[in-house]
Amino acid sequence: MAKHVVVYSSPTCPHCLHTKQFLKENNISFEDIDVTADHQQAEIMIEKSGQMGVPVLDIEGDIIVGFDKEKIKITLGI
Amino acid sequence: MAMYDLIIIGAGPAGITASVYAVRKRLNILVISPDIGGQAALGGDIENYTGYQFITGPELALKFEEHMRKFDIQLKDESVQDLKKTGEIIIVKTNKAEYQARTVIVASGKKTRELNVPGENEFKNRGLTYCATCDAPLFSGKDVAVIGGGNSGLDAAIQLERIAKKVYIINIAHELTGDEIMQETIKKDKNTIVYNESKVLAVLGEKMVNAIKISRQGKEEILPVEGIFVEIGLIPNIDFAGILEKNEFGEIKVNCYNETNIEAIFAAGDVTNVPEKQIIIAAGEGSKAALSAFRYLNQHRFS
Repeated sequence: MAKHVVVYSSPTCPHCLHTKQFLKENNISFEDIDVTADHQQAEIMIEKSGQMGVPVLDIEGDIIVGFDKEKIKITLGI
Repeated sequence: MAMYDLIIIGAGPAGITASVYAVRKRLNILVISPDIGGQAALGGDIENYTGYQFITGPELALKFEEHMRKFDIQLKDESVQDLKKTGEIIIVKTNKAEYQARTVIVASGKKTRELNVPGENEFKNRGLTYCATCDAPLFSGKDVAVIGGGNSGLDAAIQLERIAKKVYIINIAHELTGDEIMQETIKKDKNTIVYNESKVLAVLGEKMVNAIKISRQGKEEILPVEGIFVEIGLIPNIDFAGILEKNEFGEIKVNCYNETNIEAIFAAGDVTNVPEKQIIIAAGEGSKAALSAFRYLNQHRFS
């Protein structure tokens, strides 16, 4: 079964755009959370990743900071 | 090993434009870059790129990328580590492989200059950032400091004054050096405070940043802030380009044909000593470099 993917992002960040584009190209569906619009979610992201940079991916508990293509591929098995 | 007509190092405005020109000349090319869009992708609002009265940096970078991808251009997501020339063959070594070409265009651009103070590495992305466009929204309602009083510093401060509670600008010079029009905006904002003749001595915090230690007109003080935006200029990406001649700022020296000191190696955009670092200039330089490489290949007719 496909893994549940959450992307914490901001609308202005280029690495976020690239991350989402990459997931779409690979037919991975994901939940997109705009941390600039939702302060509580921003705090959750900081808590999970121990840092404040976007994007952050939460793939069923595996936290990936930044657009780390290799790590995303390995974690998703693509 | 495959022999390319041209390898382009970098995929910012200069590298992408060079690739489009080269592929339309039917050259067999390879583009090597760890990112696409370069600094343009990190910029704020752009109102002086001809044809676009208003576009954001990431949007323009995406347009460049679409343009490049319209052609069948080979792109390697790798970092170049070494560049050398043996006879008439140029060898480009990356973190993953080695490639050969008849000509090369270095369009590797610039990267953010770091503060080089204690705490900087430890607190990267833990309150300290080099990309206001990316991260500013995460600091809503917080006190933050922008380091640098030039154009990019003021650009960051203006983005932040709508979001953060208080914005300190830590400026090393006697007064701000960014464009007048931005200085006026800064002066109008009551929550933005400018500290001139000031520099950062250390970044402080526990899990996240909670203060910076600064020297303000010779006196040390601790400024409680939760965010630090470093905007103290840029340095050229030239670690791999030992064989190329540079100026005192580390920029690769080129003539008006984008030729470097080594025949068949060209350079374009912000990594060079071309006066004025602008997206439109980098793009134009990229096209010139591609045409120069094409002319060189035509004159030599390698088989």
